[in-house]
Amino acid sequence: MKPAAFDLTLATSLDQVLSVLAGEGAKPVSGGCSLGPMLNLRLARPAALVDLRRVGELRTLEGSAAHLDIGAGWTHAEIEDGVVPDVTGGLMRRVAHGIAYRAVRNRGTIGGSIAHADPAADWISTMTVLDATLLIRGRSGTRACAMADFMLAAYTTTLGADEIITAVRVPVLSAGAKTGYHKVCRKTGEFAQAIGAVVVDAGRGLARVVAGAVEAPPLVLAGAGERLKAGDMAGARAAAHEEIEAALAGHPEAFRALHQVAVDRAFSDAGLA
Amino acid sequence: MSIDQQTRDHEAHPAVSGEGIGARVRRKEDARHLMGRGRFAGDIRMPGMSDVAFLRSPVAHARILAVTKPQGHEGEVFTSADCADVADIITRSTIPGYKLSAHPPLARDKVRFVGDIVAMAYAPTRAEAEDLCEATLFDYEELPAIVDCDSGRAPGAALLHEAWGDNLFLETSFDSGGIEEVARTAAVKVEKRFRTGRQCMHPMEGKGLVAWWDFQNDTLVVNTSTQVPHMIRAGLAETLGLPEAQIRIAPPDVGGGFGYKCLLQPEEVLVAWLAMTLKRPFRWIEDRREHLTAGANAREHEYVITAYADARGKLLALDAEVAVNVGAYSVWPFTACLEAAQAGGNLPGPYIWPHYRCKTYSVATNKPPFAPYRGVARPGVCFAMELTIDAVAAAVGREAVDVRAENLVPAAAMPYLNITKKFYDSGDYPASLATAREMIGFDAIRARQKMGEMDGRRIGVGFSTYTEQSAHGTKVFASWGTPLVPGYEQATIRLNPDGSADVKAGIHTIGQGLETTLAQVASEILTLPIAQIRVTLGDTATTPFSTGAYASRGMVMAGGAVSKAAQKLAEKVKALAAHLMQCAADQVRFEGGAIHGPTGSISFAEIARAWYRTPEVLPDGVDTGGLEVTEGYKPDVDTGLFSYATHAALVAVDVKTGATEILDYVVVEDCGRMVNPMIVEGQAYGGVAQGVGTALFEESTYDSEGQPLASTLVDYLLPGPTELPKVRIAHTETLSPFSAHGIKGVGEGGAIAPAGAIVNAINDALKDIGATLCEIPATPERVLAALSEARRANNGRSAA
Ligand SMILES: Cc1cc2nc3c(=O)[nH]c(=O)nc-3n(C[C@H](O)[C@H](O)[C@H](O)COP(=O)(O)OP(=O)(O)OC[C@H]3O[C@@H](n4cnc5c(N)ncnc54)[C@H](O)[C@@H]3O)c2cc1C
Repeated sequence: MKPAAFDLTLATSLDQVLSVLAGEGAKPVSGGCSLGPMLNLRLARPAALVDLRRVGELRTLEGSAAHLDIGAGWTHAEIEDGVVPDVTGGLMRRVAHGIAYRAVRNRGTIGGSIAHADPAADWISTMTVLDATLLIRGRSGTRACAMADFMLAAYTTTLGADEIITAVRVPVLSAGAKTGYHKVCRKTGEFAQAIGAVVVDAGRGLARVVAGAVEAPPLVLAGAGERLKAGDMAGARAAAHEEIEAALAGHPEAFRALHQVAVDRAFSDAGLA
Repeated sequence: MSIDQQTRDHEAHPAVSGEGIGARVRRKEDARHLMGRGRFAGDIRMPGMSDVAFLRSPVAHARILAVTKPQGHEGEVFTSADCADVADIITRSTIPGYKLSAHPPLARDKVRFVGDIVAMAYAPTRAEAEDLCEATLFDYEELPAIVDCDSGRAPGAALLHEAWGDNLFLETSFDSGGIEEVARTAAVKVEKRFRTGRQCMHPMEGKGLVAWWDFQNDTLVVNTSTQVPHMIRAGLAETLGLPEAQIRIAPPDVGGGFGYKCLLQPEEVLVAWLAMTLKRPFRWIEDRREHLTAGANAREHEYVITAYADARGKLLALDAEVAVNVGAYSVWPFTACLEAAQAGGNLPGPYIWPHYRCKTYSVATNKPPFAPYRGVARPGVCFAMELTIDAVAAAVGREAVDVRAENLVPAAAMPYLNITKKFYDSGDYPASLATAREMIGFDAIRARQKMGEMDGRRIGVGFSTYTEQSAHGTKVFASWGTPLVPGYEQATIRLNPDGSADVKAGIHTIGQGLETTLAQVASEILTLPIAQIRVTLGDTATTPFSTGAYASRGMVMAGGAVSKAAQKLAEKVKALAAHLMQCAADQVRFEGGAIHGPTGSISFAEIARAWYRTPEVLPDGVDTGGLEVTEGYKPDVDTGLFSYATHAALVAVDVKTGATEILDYVVVEDCGRMVNPMIVEGQAYGGVAQGVGTALFEESTYDSEGQPLASTLVDYLLPGPTELPKVRIAHTETLSPFSAHGIKGVGEGGAIAPAGAIVNAINDALKDIGATLCEIPATPERVLAALSEARRANNGRSAA
């Protein structure tokens, strides 16, 4: 279980990263928590790797009253510890705390996690429920991509081979916002079997409900979101159940039930009785 | 799991004076391990050492057509044709009807499981060796794979070993008679099917070895991570054709064994062959993926049990069928039928019933070979038996804990020869159950269940009582006909010139603390502090013969040998001391690490000085054997010393997600005299942790083609600290009448009972819904499936 040979560049600037990525078979590596095992199992065989960890441009924090741009290179641990300010009323810190084990959180990055697009990854569902936006840089310039449009399928995104996620644009929630998150997993530190996430922020007009870890991009439960916005909690839960039944019709009953439970518990977690 | 708490609890216990038997002293070996200064196989570096990698079969069953080496690297890649001088691993047994499997370390003609070794390559680094394996082409013709016992036993099944005519290593049957009669008249009949998942053992350190040629001694040296160095020497001699004397097994630190490292592994044979043939150092370090897909497995059993009882739940007879999925080849030396033999023989466990019939089937399948894992068969039989007891109790409408108590061997019956001729030497089994019932707070739990939980979960309580046959010896192994039968365990002790002592034993330490406990035994006799007693283990060049560390035998066997050798040394020391102090030998006694006579004292160093440096002061007719003794020991019975325990679990089951949380866990155990209670507790904690894995998490799943589905730790779940309960332990000490110091073994016990206690607790939690689990691990999926089956049945009933 050792990787096949590859060239490694320890980049110090985004320009250098992009020039390496222009080459054939090159890939970025950030925390290496997901890519590392795939290299070792020889499931990923890039000819060249460019290490992002020394790139200062990926470790920025730029904000306004409306949002915070979190550089892609911040680790789960830094988010958990509040080194990265939490503009989501505690949601991001709690979610970060529930990712893997501390050893993984010390290395794994928010950008790497989103780029990897594991349907069960926590940031994938969290950024979807927050309606976050990704800032993506390629050689032709920078683009912004809504989280809901980014992921096409499991492990498949709109990211080009020569593109890099530079930051995640997270909305600053208002003081009265309520957030809930529930992850069903076999044991501490495991990937989720089901995720439920909910955010209501009247101040920002945000009311979203997400069912994640569905072996595909997270389900945004629009009907549930509308009821939530209207203040109809029972209706929102019922709508969430129906939307999950319909969207996951091809899955076993137990799979659907688990996602319904996760969403129910996210509502409870948010204090939305 | 909170160990602090336990240690504090126990500070209230009366202190044992000194550091001898019974002292709760810290482990000597931890000093280096806590500093990261242990020396494991992976830490060894030698000039010119190459790393070895293996090309393994990607399919479960196939005929080999060709193995083609990469051009230009023919000398660094090896196939079976290159090692024609390596003998197949064949494990003989004298049990009638036992069929032999020949396991060529490098596959020849056929591959029989995913992971079977097709080619071997070496290179300066492991990555490059893997490159060579990747560039080696393997052509094969796939054959149908046998994955489970039923398909293996079906008529017309594909054959693993064609010459056998079927896929059965062994079929056994035991019948005490009288079952039919009971079947006609018994008030209660309970029929159950149980399954236990296939597991890997996962020692913290995987398998690994370095092999090299020692030109100075003209010897093959193998630094292998093993529990049984002297046996590995015999196994390598058989397979490599070298005389045993020309092989030295010098095991480094071993990071856990659990049975996985008591086997002669094909990788061990092949890497040793490279060193023997090319006269250079070679290394192989198993990775987790190899462990999960190619290493020896354990635990996969299927049971069909019919129990007969009276209206109170007193067992009258048990009729059982046990099938063990033993994989493609027999492991060496423990055979492919040890598991089934133990299953049939140990199913009665701590219980009494008059009539017993048991058939066992050891079925060859296209899975990795099957090894004895901590508890050997007993975690499976205990699970099956404990669930049967609860099922019988349910059938008669009584509390399982009461029915269990009434079926246990009573203390007054000890020593007790049970229906399968197991000789229970001592103990009070019902007392351990009663204490566990008290400690877990059984009555309070029943009251709490009536109130329901705030969070909507359901709680349940379960019990599991077992006996642990430990240190079974010569006659038992001889009856199984294994290739190496343990006899007298030997140990050497020497008083050094500086007055300290060296203890050498051929058993190896694999993390169980023998460097400390054997020093404690010597300290008990000599009263020297354990810091003054250096224990060296395992190296075949420097230690007396031992079959090694398995079957919970270390403390009993090596402890007994050290005790006996230390007593002999004590006599020699006393003779010299008597001469030097001008008194009679029987007036000399040891205390506080010094030697006392009627009028004065003298130190061990002074005795040593007399022998080594000033022999002119020695008396005439002195014992010329000097201050060094080798002695052999075995207990008065070969049938083993029986430790026992009751485990009790309180669980909460989330019926929405199927998740089980262990809220409380109690162990009430008796292993005779505890040489070091802290180490006994460590064994219990570790065993329970593994047992929780067996009960709730761990499973090597395979698809219908024999492809392993759990090939990384993402899919094979091991419990972590947050999944483990705080284990509360209570001890009793019923000394064995048949062993030195009354010691019984304790290495395996902790792992035996958890599945029974935990799944009984889950079933207790779900009893109002009518859901019952009969299969482990009790994953959320299985819990949910049992719940929906119960709901369907309930609906059917209410519709009818
Ligand atoms: C034992 C274990 C348990 C885990 N449990 C969880 C869990 O419970 N929840 C969870 O969410 N995650 C979990 N993870 C995943 C972990 O969070 C990883 O950190 C994350 O998936 C990948 O982040 P990384 O920085 O390590 O990315 P890497 O492994 O370095 O890269 C992953 C992929 O993203 C690409 N990439 C990296 N950075 C960028 C970038 N800036 N722009 C574009 N592409 C990029 C790489 O090329 C690669 O394809 C677990 C991982 C492990 C090893």
